[in-house]
Amino acid sequence: MMKGIRMNKIVTGLLLSLALAGWVNAETVFVTLEKDNALAVVDPVAGTLIKTVPVGQRPRGIAISPDHKFLYIATSDDNTIKLFDAETLKELVKLPSGDDPETFALNPAGDKLYVSNEDDSLVTVIDIAKKKVIKQIKVGVEPEGIAVSPDNRWLVSASETTNMVHWIDTKTNEVVENTLVDPRPRAVSFTADSQQLWVTSEMAGTVTVMDVKTKQLLNSIRFAVDGVTADKIQPVGVVIDKDRRRAYIALGPANRVAVVNAQNYEVEKVLLVGARVWNLAFSPDQKRLYTTNGVSNDMSIIDLEKLTVTQSLGVGTYPWGVAVKP
Amino acid sequence: MNLFIQLIIKVLIIIQLLGGFVVYAKVQQTVNIAYLAQGQDAPPALSNLDPFIKNKGMVGAELAVADNATTGQFTGQQFALKKFIVPQDGDVAAVFTKQIAGKFSFVVSMLPAEPLISVADLPEAKQVLILDAASSDDSLRNGQCRNNVLHLLPSRAMRADALGQYLMKKRWGKWFLVVGTAPGDRLFAEAIKRSAKRFNMDIVAEKTWEHTYGARRTAQADVAVFSQLDDDYDVLVVADEQGVFGEYLDYRTWMPRPVVGTQGLVATAWHRTHEQWGATQIQNRFQDQAGRWMEEQDYAAYLAVRAVGEASTRTQSNELKPIKDYLLSEKLALQGYKGSPLSFRAWDGQLRQPLLLAAPRSLVAVAPIDGFLHPKTELDTLGYDQPESTCQWGK
Repeated sequence: MMKGIRMNKIVTGLLLSLALAGWVNAETVFVTLEKDNALAVVDPVAGTLIKTVPVGQRPRGIAISPDHKFLYIATSDDNTIKLFDAETLKELVKLPSGDDPETFALNPAGDKLYVSNEDDSLVTVIDIAKKKVIKQIKVGVEPEGIAVSPDNRWLVSASETTNMVHWIDTKTNEVVENTLVDPRPRAVSFTADSQQLWVTSEMAGTVTVMDVKTKQLLNSIRFAVDGVTADKIQPVGVVIDKDRRRAYIALGPANRVAVVNAQNYEVEKVLLVGARVWNLAFSPDQKRLYTTNGVSNDMSIIDLEKLTVTQSLGVGTYPWGVAVKP
Repeated sequence: MNLFIQLIIKVLIIIQLLGGFVVYAKVQQTVNIAYLAQGQDAPPALSNLDPFIKNKGMVGAELAVADNATTGQFTGQQFALKKFIVPQDGDVAAVFTKQIAGKFSFVVSMLPAEPLISVADLPEAKQVLILDAASSDDSLRNGQCRNNVLHLLPSRAMRADALGQYLMKKRWGKWFLVVGTAPGDRLFAEAIKRSAKRFNMDIVAEKTWEHTYGARRTAQADVAVFSQLDDDYDVLVVADEQGVFGEYLDYRTWMPRPVVGTQGLVATAWHRTHEQWGATQIQNRFQDQAGRWMEEQDYAAYLAVRAVGEASTRTQSNELKPIKDYLLSEKLALQGYKGSPLSFRAWDGQLRQPLLLAAPRSLVAVAPIDGFLHPKTELDTLGYDQPESTCQWGK
């Protein structure tokens, strides 16, 4: 009898510690829900929606600080970027982002925020600690995609209507070069070694790979999907793995993610995910990819070792951005 | 040997890169665009809700030239827009020959079909590309097409097909067609009939609205009597392009039936309810500049100037031939805030584009409606497709 109770206790204790360990170790995926004014919190390993938290009006862009302690969320209709505690999801600070913030980028140190202000053709530079705008940089019409190179040398802003990427020196915050790309550039993404910039062009249906040093075109990637007309292939989000082995590109209303060999730029596979797939994020170990599917109100989980979609998970209305906390 | 081949390949790649990449001309180049419009009478007003807009189109063109200029400052090109507003009793052809021809290669036209054709047929217009941002006539895209004219607004056939697709999807297959007495109303009705045939819809009745009610009769009473039919129908399709009576139909019909066509649910190139695909941005920028909503003609004029801008940026030219060739090529992927790349149909110069199906305060659907398929592009399910077109210049 005594023994039985003790055994029970031990088992319970073991289970509890396992559960705790699991809770601590499991990564968390955050998805902004543009039409729900909320943030979906997802356990991607269990494949469950943990909870949905209100965050403000029309949340879109989202990023996590380099130390994973803070979440930045652009609440467009509140005209601000909010800072949240990534653990408790309590709102800490409102940053002065300029009007209608949508996309933004953090520098590697995590002390500066660069925001695209679409209506004003500006990139706003914010000092996070001081909560102050340091500078507004004039760029092309309707800036959208924005990224800082991992070596912190370049800030790149893509303007959708001007069809250009603007190369901004992070030391001076000045535009030093402009490169014409295919129509309606949406997302920009640097490779981990800071040597390449990948740019998606929504209207042309292409992805441009550029050499950062020379600012010259290395390759232009086109996509073809059986049973989908060319108009529907509209590349949006792009991520490249840390070894530059593969790149993954969300094809928007083609409802697919393209898997591209990042060495020879060949399209290896297209994976059916959800309607109007928009943004992408890796798991910390880069074994999984998470997608937001704007029109089907779900996210997809892709197993990158098997290159298969393992789950579609309903998260809320108009899932937009995605960020992952280890 | 192996090394030698590798070297050759490398050299070839470098040559290709240099050739394929746009090298910016530091030399300043100016692209001149003319904007040609004629004064108009204000149509009879049904209410004071929507004031008559005199400068429809102009603000769109101005916004586009500013957008072009932003790109131009990075590429060494300048863009200039010169406006020619001919008085109502003025001579459009004279203004064209004396002030535009020889000085401008690109002309955004806000003229109705007839003066547009007479300008396009002037010998001086041979070396000009006219971008028509005002007409919707199907004849200008078929038998009366001209190889120096591109059309930015959707044709009546495209509008009717957009409505037809939607009504078919809803299975609202029985239509009561009500037609006004203006020539445009009859043309719209023709397009509706073509679309009904195309989608196997049934026009159960067709009536002409004569505007004959007198002092003791009201629209309220008239519409109820007018819409009393022997046969049942699903929707009332109205053809009233001037907006003289169409607004009176909704809620006043004998039976509770929705109104579509030129009033009620309309098929249009642009609408204030449209916010998707970045539309909010241009709606805001337009509002800031004009202090009013962007109208369809503004959108068309915007696209006209943007198309010339896009082509001149890509070709690094300000000359007619390279720009026109680019515009009519498959390379053009014009951003029009409607979720699809826009381009011109090479067989009739019509801009292929999605159409918005809009109620006064809500966007109901965007055509082509899901499920209407096409081997090349779903956008060509709207209007006259290549095999149906009777335009000869593309052939």
